[in-house]
Amino acid sequence: MSAAVPQADSEALFRYVLRLGDLCLVLGQRLGEWVGHAPALEEDLGLANIALDLIGQARMFLSYAGEIEGRGRDEDKLAYLREQGAYFNAILAEQPNGDFGQTIVRQVLIDAFQLELYERLAASRDERLAAIAAKSVKEVRYHLRYSSDWLVRLGDGTAESHARVQSALELLWPYTVELFAADELDSRMADSGIGPRLSEVQSAWSTRIEAILTEATLKRPADRPHAWHGKRGQHSEHLGYILAEMQYLQRTYPDARW
Amino acid sequence: MEDKRQWPLYEVFVRARGGLDHKHVGSLHASDARMAIDHARDLYTRRQEGVSIWVVPSKAIVASDPAETDSLFEPARDKIYRHPTFYDIPDEVKTL
Repeated sequence: MSAAVPQADSEALFRYVLRLGDLCLVLGQRLGEWVGHAPALEEDLGLANIALDLIGQARMFLSYAGEIEGRGRDEDKLAYLREQGAYFNAILAEQPNGDFGQTIVRQVLIDAFQLELYERLAASRDERLAAIAAKSVKEVRYHLRYSSDWLVRLGDGTAESHARVQSALELLWPYTVELFAADELDSRMADSGIGPRLSEVQSAWSTRIEAILTEATLKRPADRPHAWHGKRGQHSEHLGYILAEMQYLQRTYPDARW
Repeated sequence: MEDKRQWPLYEVFVRARGGLDHKHVGSLHASDARMAIDHARDLYTRRQEGVSIWVVPSKAIVASDPAETDSLFEPARDKIYRHPTFYDIPDEVKTL
């Protein structure tokens, strides 16, 4: 455990690390739903690889969160035995897969966010978070290559594929606002040099997304105010279903091994 | 005529590590060369199998005709003098 963190802040750090980890875990679980259903065998493996990368990142964050909390909860307990109100992912991650284009749009939006986030988090004063970010940023750079290449193919593809990804973009765009809405916890983490300023992440993200959308011949939707607070544990109706499927086995057969 | 419903086939070659040559490892479908590289990365290097990938459109490969196997390869069978097995190799030479 990082000694640089004063005891009084450990509750805040615990919640912050869960935000980072839960985003990975929920998105990874969502992508996993594609296994066996992707449009081609090659995409099946591509999406599964990304899902597994994300779950690997979630494991590192959740293990660390468990150590910070110091109450004996490990990565598995945190993943499988928390109620949805104790999950702190932004709700963009839990939005349904929709068609392949909608999955790709959600992926581009989050990949670009994680890339800008991790590049900065790698310089965190918290050495453990810096190490996790430095390792994960390489994976995320590939995720964005994969997803943005696809968005360009679909956006600049046929009239049908263009219309589908444009409407997926309209559908999901409002949820991106929450990624960058800095609350007191985000500001505290930035003040203490643990997390990046979300305003900086947002402007870098915005430039990157703009370039991808232009190449994909897609129109950037207007920003609108949002009323979602997944980062505070207030989720859409979708998370409960995801957790029900993910946690079913562990809750039915506690501590099952095979 | 190309069938637009099916992505074209690519052959994949992977270099296991620096200094070795690229080896054929299999094939995959992709809409273009860049996607073929991505798919090859995901399919054939996920267990650290390589450090470099080549992809080649399968239709660009010209193969020998199996019907000509006898005339192409049979004649080499009795030319034992073409093998470098008639030299005395000094004991000190280890890596020949």
